[in-house]
Amino acid sequence: MPSPKRIGQIEFGLLSPKEIREMSVRKIIWADTYDDDGFPYPQGLMDLNLGVIDPGLRCKTCDQKASECPGHFGHIELAKPVIHVGYTRLIRKLLRVTCRSCGRVLLSPDEIEKVVGTEDDQTGELLSEKDVKKERICPHCGDQQLKINFEKPTTFSEVMVEEGKKVEHKLTPADIRARMEKIPNEDLIPLGINPDVARPEWTILTVLPVPPVTMRPSIILENGQRSEDDLTHKLVDIIRINQRFKENQDAGAPQLIIEDLWELLQYHVTTYLDNEVAGCPPARHRSGRPLKTLSQRLKGKDGRFRGSLSGKRVNFSSRTVISPDPNLSVSQVGVPRAVANEMTIPVRVTTHNIEELKQIVRNGPLRPDVNAPCGANYVIRPDNRRLRLADGNLDTVADLIEPGYTVERQLRDGDVVLFNRQPSLHRMSIMAHRVKVMEGRTFRLNPAVCPPYNADFDGDEMNMHVPQTEEARAEATILLSVHENILSPRFGGPIIGGIHDHVSGIFMLTHGTRWFTKEEALYLLRYARVEHMPPPGKVDDGIQYWSNKQIFSMILPDQLNMVFHASSCQNCDTCKKEMCERDAYVRIIDGILESGTIDKKAIGAFDGQIVNRIIRHYSMRRAADFIDDLTKISIRAIMFDGFSFGIDDEDLSKTEYGQIDEVLKSAASDVTRRIKIYEDGQLEPMPGRTVEETLEMQIMQVLGKARDQTGQIAGRHLGLGNSAVVMAVSGARGSMLNLTQMAGCIGQQSVRGERIVRGYDDRTLPHFRKGDRGSDAHGFIAHSYKGGLNPTEFFFHAIGGREGLVDTAVRTSQSGYLQRRMINALQDLKVAYDGTVRSTGGRIIQFQYGEDSTDPTKSAFGDPVDVKGIVESILKEEV
Amino acid sequence: MVPDHTIMSEEEVSALLSRYNITTEQLPKIFHDDPAVKTIGANVDDVIRIVRKSHTAGRAEAYRLVIKRPKK
Repeated sequence: MPSPKRIGQIEFGLLSPKEIREMSVRKIIWADTYDDDGFPYPQGLMDLNLGVIDPGLRCKTCDQKASECPGHFGHIELAKPVIHVGYTRLIRKLLRVTCRSCGRVLLSPDEIEKVVGTEDDQTGELLSEKDVKKERICPHCGDQQLKINFEKPTTFSEVMVEEGKKVEHKLTPADIRARMEKIPNEDLIPLGINPDVARPEWTILTVLPVPPVTMRPSIILENGQRSEDDLTHKLVDIIRINQRFKENQDAGAPQLIIEDLWELLQYHVTTYLDNEVAGCPPARHRSGRPLKTLSQRLKGKDGRFRGSLSGKRVNFSSRTVISPDPNLSVSQVGVPRAVANEMTIPVRVTTHNIEELKQIVRNGPLRPDVNAPCGANYVIRPDNRRLRLADGNLDTVADLIEPGYTVERQLRDGDVVLFNRQPSLHRMSIMAHRVKVMEGRTFRLNPAVCPPYNADFDGDEMNMHVPQTEEARAEATILLSVHENILSPRFGGPIIGGIHDHVSGIFMLTHGTRWFTKEEALYLLRYARVEHMPPPGKVDDGIQYWSNKQIFSMILPDQLNMVFHASSCQNCDTCKKEMCERDAYVRIIDGILESGTIDKKAIGAFDGQIVNRIIRHYSMRRAADFIDDLTKISIRAIMFDGFSFGIDDEDLSKTEYGQIDEVLKSAASDVTRRIKIYEDGQLEPMPGRTVEETLEMQIMQVLGKARDQTGQIAGRHLGLGNSAVVMAVSGARGSMLNLTQMAGCIGQQSVRGERIVRGYDDRTLPHFRKGDRGSDAHGFIAHSYKGGLNPTEFFFHAIGGREGLVDTAVRTSQSGYLQRRMINALQDLKVAYDGTVRSTGGRIIQFQYGEDSTDPTKSAFGDPVDVKGIVESILKEEV
Repeated sequence: MVPDHTIMSEEEVSALLSRYNITTEQLPKIFHDDPAVKTIGANVDDVIRIVRKSHTAGRAEAYRLVIKRPKK
């Protein structure tokens, strides 16, 4: 391999007219492309010297065929010079800083030195327009300078004072070019221009390069008509105007006509280079679509850089909608049969697999059902010819096969594929799964792997890629498989775990003590990898019973020891441990759940203490198995009792409604009392606040407290029999606040943390008196979602809701851009063997990775060793 | 607030370079007109040791080569 070369420098320059003519193979003078026989006109835009696109023809310059000829440039001699739109800024600057008669920079050597710095210490800046005062006198020839006006896109004019009036005198491109030619080489260097590669007069075009036909191929439509590329269309326009211009010039046409044509030529050349210039109507296709000219080819998301060079499309990939299937393992992915039939894996024929592959070829390209063995779509002969398999030739091709052939076999159960959901924000956005061919049209995945992909099933689509080589498959299994990615490097905890119903289900199963008959216990454990039942926990009337905690313990690894507090823990001052009335003290001894409820903190995604401990003490694979068992057992558990939520689950009894009314009434009167105190001027301001701010804070506080009280009243009525309470307590979804708002009172709506104050003069809505400071008038919603809002409350709720929407929209766009910049800055860094972080050039970025050389996925929340966890698991006690 | 910047002696620098098997070019850079550099009076081509408190390691050392601020 050749050693990598270091780029010393990159030089940017302009093409000089001489260079353009030198690289040109043909002068183009005809605006026509093809003659009636479909043959290119000589010296036309499709001249055979410019390269060939039609198969069969040979390039007149290099004598190569269409696929081999790279294309060659031609040129158009312009009748008069025109400005290159890309350099109007530079032209304006040069016109303003140089003398109109002698061409020197309008500064004395001392003045230049002040800006640029001395000869040997050029630490200053380049000369800019601001360094030269307008309309000054040239220090070199003493000529009075004029103001230069620039009008977008390409018009320059001098402002003269004649008879006391300001008169604009237009500068033609030829005038400008003459001025540029006068600027001496030495004066260009402080302006930041290297005169060897970029003389300023080259920004005014006298000759236009014609790009090779290979970069503007014409396409033949179905009806046999030729359709030319946008660039060709534009070049036709340029040549046509150019020819007319020349004819008029030679015929001695009046100045007015010449000027008009000159401007028209300028317009066409401008839009040829950039069709989105400000102040210039875009050139359009006959259909009204703006033409895609040179600049548009490069710019933007679908341009050459972002669209073609940085981003590419790949083969062996597929995309469809995703849907959940809790019966799959987390490491599997359900692939529709239609997709599995289309996607292939190349298998080399050897003496060992020849019989198997012959059978696969005989199976053919159509797989009738998901349980049928896979077939093949193509067979590749040793001479690289592809044979397409179809119903007719299966047996013939199968007999043909011998070692050295390659069979493109269809996907089958157990194949490794990469699964991805955009935006791919972290490495867990692409993971390797095992194929499970299924009926239907969607990719199926276990809902427990939704968090790393950030997927849900409201119509999300995901991509699947099939690795084609043995190396790629090995890399996918070893580095990318789901069970290697349970731990997130972001926070060092498990990112895969139970979600939603898994958490509710396991909570309902493990909360308190319940007894199940053998039949019920087996129903719950049916899909878990459990082989032996433990001895029953109790025997009543000769019937064997197993406890709920026993059932959960069966999916735990033996020897697991840990003690922690569940999500439902209220953080009491003195922990009652096993006697906790919420059953929130989780204690697992030797793989048996002794006490406590399993919920989000134990098995949830992002928390998952048990999952975390299994990874540390056993392996990632054991943790993946645990998650598989857990998702199955929890879904069974939630189905055992059934789980639903309806409008009447928010019903409270008469006493509670009375209490809530009472609380809200007293809060309202408290608010009026405080307003009264304020209006009487008796309110004592808090330190550092005005009286108004103090009042606002007090009101917010009173109303906030009132809402919380209604929540407590509602909470007292709604116990663990209520689904919403189960979800909130277990951490599956929602919070007690959501419940408060549904059953009790929605509470204060706010904009930027304050009560709603905007609207009309001194009031939020015309329904209130001016200057009303009461709770209703500033967005306090006393009703619940169940009870329904009155019109003013509804309006305030919409105001508060809008703020939340705007915040999320702004946050995602900002963090997305930040992420893009971070990735671009960090993408090629790696940790070297000596622990330093280095760039590809071997430059040191960080002397020790993370300054402590610790891999976040392998550390215990920042510490290299989880001392507490180890001690706990040995002592089997909380430390 | 500003972490401790010190100029490294020639022996220290050569030890540093051999430890990481690098040339001075591969060190992180700092401009000669950086306030911290001006304060300790370091010149272009000096190597500076910066000792700062780290959230992860408690104490972290970094080394930077003083360079001239390039022309804009």
